[in-house]
Parts: sequence; structure tokens; C-alpha cells
Amino acid sequence: MTSSSERTATSSERTATDTSLETPVRLSIDEVDVEVAAGASVLDACTAAGIDTPTLCFAENLTPVNACRICVVEHEGSRTLIPACSRRAEDGMAIQTDSERVRHSRKMILEFLASGVDLSQADPLASLVSEYGADPARYGDAVATMDEDVRIEDDLYVRDYDKCVLCYKCVEACGDDAQHTFAIAVAGRGFDARISTEFDVELPDSACVYCGNCVAVCPTNALQFTTEFDLRTAGEWRPDEQTTTRTVCSYCGVGCNLDLHVQDETIVKVTSPNDHSVTSGHLCIKGRFGWGYVHGR
Amino acid sequence: MADLHIGPDVATELERCAVDDVISDVGAAVVHHGDRMVRGGTARRNERRHLLLPALHALQHHAGWISPGGLNYLCDQLQIPPAEAYGVATFYELFRVDDPGHTDDVVHVCIDAACQIAGSAETVAELRSAGRRIHESPCLGQCERPTAQFVQGRGRPDRVEADEEPFELPQAGTDGLRLLRRISAGVDPMSLESYVAAGGYAALAKAFVRGAENVVEEVVASGLMGRGGAAFPTGIKWRAVAGETGQKHVVVNADESEPGTFKDRTLMEHDPFAIVEAATIAGFATGATKGWIYIRGEYPLATKRIQNAIDQARGAGFLGQGIARSTIDFDLEVRRGAGAYICGEETALFNSIEGFRGEPRQKPPFPTTNGLFDRPTAINNPETLVNVLDIVTDGGAAFASIGTKGSSGSKLFCLSGRVGTPGLYEADFGVTLGEVLDLAGGVSGTGELQAILLGGAAGSFVGPDSLRMPLTFEAARAAGVSLGSGVIMVFDSSVDQLPILTRLAEFFRNESCGQCVPCRIGTVRQHEVMVRLASGPSTDNRWELDLQLLEEMDTAMKDASICGLGHTAATAIRSAFDLGLVEKPGVTQ
Ligand SMILES: Cc1cc2nc3c(=O)[nH]c(=O)nc-3n(C[C@H](O)[C@H](O)[C@H](O)COP(=O)(O)O)c2cc1C
Ligand code: SF4
Ligand code: SF4
Ligand code: SF4
Ligand code: FES
Ligand code: FES
Repeated sequence: MTSSSERTATSSERTATDTSLETPVRLSIDEVDVEVAAGASVLDACTAAGIDTPTLCFAENLTPVNACRICVVEHEGSRTLIPACSRRAEDGMAIQTDSERVRHSRKMILEFLASGVDLSQADPLASLVSEYGADPARYGDAVATMDEDVRIEDDLYVRDYDKCVLCYKCVEACGDDAQHTFAIAVAGRGFDARISTEFDVELPDSACVYCGNCVAVCPTNALQFTTEFDLRTAGEWRPDEQTTTRTVCSYCGVGCNLDLHVQDETIVKVTSPNDHSVTSGHLCIKGRFGWGYVHGR
Repeated sequence: MADLHIGPDVATELERCAVDDVISDVGAAVVHHGDRMVRGGTARRNERRHLLLPALHALQHHAGWISPGGLNYLCDQLQIPPAEAYGVATFYELFRVDDPGHTDDVVHVCIDAACQIAGSAETVAELRSAGRRIHESPCLGQCERPTAQFVQGRGRPDRVEADEEPFELPQAGTDGLRLLRRISAGVDPMSLESYVAAGGYAALAKAFVRGAENVVEEVVASGLMGRGGAAFPTGIKWRAVAGETGQKHVVVNADESEPGTFKDRTLMEHDPFAIVEAATIAGFATGATKGWIYIRGEYPLATKRIQNAIDQARGAGFLGQGIARSTIDFDLEVRRGAGAYICGEETALFNSIEGFRGEPRQKPPFPTTNGLFDRPTAINNPETLVNVLDIVTDGGAAFASIGTKGSSGSKLFCLSGRVGTPGLYEADFGVTLGEVLDLAGGVSGTGELQAILLGGAAGSFVGPDSLRMPLTFEAARAAGVSLGSGVIMVFDSSVDQLPILTRLAEFFRNESCGQCVPCRIGTVRQHEVMVRLASGPSTDNRWELDLQLLEEMDTAMKDASICGLGHTAATAIRSAFDLGLVEKPGVTQ
């Protein structure tokens, strides 16, 4: 995990008051004292203390939105739990990461998600469900779910909002955290909220430029490459047999690193490493989807 | 920001005029020069984003819906990505994006508790069979006159028929009224002259004599606590804002949507100048030059009267540059909400004004440092503000001597449900719940009290043994309840609570902004459990399991939600079960 002081240092918004130059912050995580750079988050502090904190809507290359609340921890003196991902570490904080309250809220959040959203392709979440003893079945049968059909509107990626946990990551990636295209946003309110284009027009009619940055950040596979979707549908998606090869995009001179995910000697998807100084994980349509020529297509 | 992609649909003439009218003062975000087009740049665009909400109102009002063509035109003019503008439009109950056939007025009928027990279901059925277009609405803030209705006009003004009836304050003529004294005295709410003749604007003059710092310190000394529900000390808030530099804002939170609450509407409709004057004092005291008053969209009369008060005050030099012949600048702008309870949460309200979805922000940072447009902001409820007039005039100590030590001053109480004379009542803090109930003529219906919903949907039910409870923040806290926004909704022994509680659960389900998982899904699961409990006798141990679920969901929503909506979404329901208002149906032996 990149600590947030490193993120600050690489940020284009670096200012004269570079927080990494300030005195470090001292706090206790599960009774262990830790020291982190000024400006670091509670999540960073947990990581520094060697504690694994579950996250869902957080990503190192996006602004925290505090929406999923799976990362909540107990902060002595606060009435409610606090989100570790977005709360700044403060001097003297006393944090509990595995208290009864923390485990309970995490369990409930997992039950809520698992009872309403198709998490079958959200691997880390699925294992958290058992780790926290979440039992989505206890809500009975008459439960509202996302209840969305798969949208196949082009050859590049599919949108399956049955699997969407509304983490806002795709919206941020499409918006001012990366792409600045703003093709998608959250529409509707409450449980009816959905990721949508204006008037829900199909992607080819929207502002979408097919950079696939939304696909790259989606934690649940609600957004996936059509290649992956087709292989899964055919029962031929075999991640264990896939290899990853790092290369540099051949289209232009920017120099984006690409990770080619290959199965049966065929590229099945392309990502870029989040810690790459040029891309922070984000690409354009050419690097993301323009690999057909490798296979003579 | 990107080049915008605007779809092929074009606006009608009517829609273009509606949008142009809203932005004509400042001009579009894009400047055209002959055949060439010069984009105005990020700053010009960002400065106009706050016009999104008024422009959506204009489209809805004139065209009857937000059409693809209308939205395209609006987005082009303000340079807002259409997906974002669509996301904003679909956040609000008063905007329709899917209803081009909608050409007649829409009657919004309240189906929340006070109206529910007065027969809102029958009203809805009658109006439907009469061919009216109906929208079932959460509490419309007219709980004293059920079944409440609000007519959303198309091309003509929105209206509330009950507003045409003469207004009567139940306590009119009573001695000792403070907040309600001008209303009681019949001061003309449309006339600045009448307001000034009744002593209006003496407080602003006194504030200038005292100086800004002294005003803040008097408000601190008064012990005034916010009346919007959270009971935060106003003086402390003002002091924090006064200590900040640069552009600052005052926001009047008149989004009043807490079920059972109608006090701010009454104040705005019948004493609007007091709110305008008090907001001006807040601006002076905190050093904010810009004020905003965000009025609930379903309050057409209040909007009209506040707007009139602002216009008259500006005309007389009480607003604008160099107010009341001083060197102080302060002006107020009205913003209409568009049907979203959550926009009463202060940070959601900021987002709403700014032209974004009304989703609450994580705190910290707090509004005093990062409020409206990310600037230091003093946000207050109208009732809170009206108290400031007397504090400035008489001093903080005099105010602090009213009420109790922990709860100074007087409080407005919204009496509704099965009570002799529903309406707005004022009493000094420390009055007991039973005394206020007596003021309003006691329990009606069977005459036998079953329970009182105290503080609104976000509050809790209390039983007859709470009638001796003094109404103070400290006594409420000790009893584990909250005065909230001053709601006292009365249920007699004949009321079946299960439908009330099921509707309460539905309210939170519908009003959750949807941002955080515990509340977005938790409120849905809670409603599903209530529907199941209300659907009749339960088999095996389902009832116990469901009660267990309610308790566990409550804990998670309280602990892990972002804002007060999630924190309190289960409070009233759980209190009803704790009081034994709902019994397990029989037949399961
Ligand atoms: C869901 C929710 C709805 C709220 N609605 C209102 C409201 O309609 N009016 C109001 O004044 N405060 C409302 N509040 C409280 C505000 O966030 C804020 O505390 C208040 O406006 C501050 O003003 P005061 O200190 O004068 O009370 C609401 C809070 C929550 C969590
Ligand atoms: S592919 Fe790129 S432009 Fe299209 S929706 Fe995703 S992030 Fe936005
Ligand atoms: S589609 Fe994926 S990235 Fe977007 S909100 Fe849903 S789960 Fe998150
Ligand atoms: S608690 Fe509910 S209303 Fe508040 S931010 Fe979360 S989802 Fe929105
Ligand atoms: S990971 Fe922190 S709120 Fe989602
Ligand atoms: S107006 Fe119906 S409950 Fe308030």
C-alpha cells in the first residue's frame, strides 16, 4: 500500500505546505503506538501498524468518497465509528480496528451488500462475507436487489449493474480523478440510485470515449471487458492459468505501462499498474482496447 | 474539464426562454463572438454551477418536465456534463425526467403520520377517482391541517389551497410570547413598514452599536442552542466563523422537512422580516457578506413572503452594499429546494445550492471552516435566528434567564395528530410535555393518550408516563430522547401503530440519499422487515428474528452511516417496540 505521504509527494497538486515536511503524527492503533507522516489517513496508520483494513470504495488513485463504510474503525471519543480511508490521522487518536462494534458494522454492511448485489465476481468481498460471519439469507426472500439486466452496447466492455455496489469509483475515474469525460454519474436517489448516462442513453450515444478507466477501477466486475464476459459466459474464464506481461504501449510517445493479461496465448484484458508514474492505472482507448493487431485482428 | 458531449435533442422555444431567464443576469458559461465561439474557461463555468438548481426548476415549471432537449440546452449554457445534470435532476422529488405526457398540475398529498391518521389514503383515492394527477408525498409541513396537499403547477404558480384560508395562531393574544409576538400582534408579513413600526430593525441598529465581536459574545452568553434538531450552541458556531478570513457565508436552513414540523413555514409566512433581519445580524456578526436562504420547494407562500421581505429590505437599504447606512455589505439570495428531506442536512444543503446532488459530506471538516463553496459558513435554522433579535436587544444574560440553565429561551412546538387544537405553540423551556399538550386542548379522539412522537421521524415515541417530563435539552437527553425540531405528534388509544411504523420506515427508505451502504440498504431492509411484521401473524420464530434484525440494523446504521438520517432511521421504530406499542400477533402456539 502506498502511504498517503507518498501520494502527496507525487501529486500534481503539491503545494508549498508539503505535509510530509511537517512533524509526524502519533496515534495508537489497537493499543500499539504508530507514527505516520502528517496528512496520512487512519487507514495509512492501520497499515503502518500491520493491520489489514478492508476497503471497497477506496483506491489509491482516486479521491476517497467514504461511501461503502466497510473500513470503519472505532475512535475513542467519537459517537460513531469513523471511516479509516478518508479520516486524517490526528495526534493522540486511539483507534480500535477489531472491536465488537467494528466487526458488527462490517458484518452488517457485508450482509446488506450480499443480500442486494451479485457479489459472485467480487472475490475479496466474498471472502470477507465468511470472515465476518455475515449471513445475507436471514433477511428472507422478499428483499429488494439491484435487479438490473446486463448491458451490452458495444464490443469493448459490458455493464452489469446487478453487480454494482455503488462505490462511485467509475464515476470518479470518468470524472475529475482521471478521464475528465463525465460520461457517467449517479442518478436517482436512495436504493434506486444507479450509475447512469444522461437519460440512460446507451454508451455509444453518450460522452464515453472508451478509455476503460471505469472498468479498471470497478471492484466487483460490474464493468468488465467483453473478452472476459464472453469467456465467462462460455465457461472458459480461467484466471489461474492467466499470465501477466508488462510492456509499454506502442501507440504514442507518452509511455504508458501496460499489463497484458493472457490466457491461451490470447490477450484477454489490459490494465496498467496503479503505481506507474505516468498512468496511475489509467489508460486511453488505444492502450486499453487496441490490442487486436497483436493477434492480426 | 472536458469538451462536453451534448446529444442531438433540441430544446423548445419555451425551454430556452425558461433557462435564459435564470442565467440572463450573469450570462452563459460560453461566450460567442460572431461565428467563432470562445469558451469561458473553468472559472466562469464554476461560478455558474449554482444556477443548475434554479434552471432545473424553471424547466420543470414551464415545460412540465426536464426533457432531453431542455437538459441539453441547460448543460450547453452552463457547461455542465449532461450525465451530472441528469444525476442532479433525478435526485429530487419535484423534478420529472420521464414524463413527457405530464401536462396537468400534480397534487402532492401527504401520507405521513399526522395525515395518515386523518385519512390520507381516502383523500388519495378520492382525488384519483376525480381524475387528478396524484403524487404521494412525505410530510408537507402542514401537519396542523391534514390531509395536507400541495399543487405543483405547470406553467402557473405552485399553490397550497389551505393557504387561502385565514390564518389563526392558536395562542394569539396570549401574554409572554416571544418568538410569536409579532404574529400574535398581527404585524403585516408583507410590509416592511408594519414590521418597523412593531420594532423591526431596532436589533440591527443595536447590533451596530454593540459591534460584531460583542454580538457574537452575547449570543455565546445567551446559551442559545440551534433549533434545527442538532442543538449545537449558536454562539460557538458564530465565533468559529468570525475567526475565519476571506469570503464567508450565512445560510438559513429553511428546508424544513422533518415529519411533523411546520414552525419554520409559519415563521416565514407570518414573520418573514424577522428572519431577514436576523440573518443580516448573523452576517454582520460573523463577517459574512453573502447570505442564502434555502426554502423547502413545497412552500410557495413562504417563498413568496421571504422574497418580498428581501426585496423590500433591499429597497429600503437594509440589504445590499452599505446596509442601513453602515459600511457593512450583506445580501440574501433565495434558493428553492426541490423535494428532498436530506437537503435539510447542512452539508447536503451546501451541495444542493452548489448544483450537485444533495449528498451529505463526511464531517470533519465542519461548515465553520469548509461550508458553502468550501468557505467558512454559519448555517442556522430560522427559529434559531429569530431568537437572536431579542438577544441583541436585551443582551445574552437576559435571554439566558429564560427557560432553564441548560436550555435558555423559549421553544416552538408543532402540535399535530389527535390533539384538541393542532398548531404552533410557544413555551419557555422547562414546560412539561403534559402542559404543552394541555395548551393545545389535550388528547382528542378517544381522549386517551397512547403515545407521542417527540422530535419527528428522527425522534422517538414516548408514552403517557412522560407527560411530566420537562421539555429541555437536558431532560430529553437524560431520558434518551430528543426534542428534535419541536414535533409533538399525538396518538390516541385507537391508533394502530403498525401502519404508522411501516410508513416511517418507508419514509427513511425513500429519503435516504443512497450514498452510504448502511443507510442505502439498511433503510430498505428495515422497511421490508416492517412490511413483514405488519402483514399479519408470524410463523415460528420469525417475529423474534425480525426484532433482532431491527436491533442489529439500528446499531450499524447509527455507527457506520455518514449522516444523521442514517443515524436516526431506526430510532423511532425501535422506541415504539420498546414502549410496547406493537404486540406480537397471536396464533403461533
Ligand atoms: C436528515 C437531516 C435533516 C435535517 N433537516 C433540517 C431542516 O430541515 N432544518 C434545519 O434547520 N436543520 C435540519 N437538519 C439539521 C442541520 O444539519 C443543521 O444542524 C442545522 O441546520 C443547524 O442550524 P441550527 O444550529 O440553527 O439548528 C437536518 C439534519 C439531518 C441529519
Ligand atoms: S470508458 Fe472512459 S469515458 Fe467511457 S464511461 Fe468509462 S471512464 Fe468514462
Ligand atoms: S459499476 Fe463498479 S465501479 Fe461503478 S459504482 Fe458500480 S461497483 Fe463501483
Ligand atoms: S446516512 Fe443515508 S442519507 Fe446520510 S449520507 Fe448515508 S445514505 Fe445518505
Ligand atoms: S473504503 Fe472507506 S468508506 Fe469505503
Ligand atoms: S403534512 Fe402530513 S404529516 Fe406533516
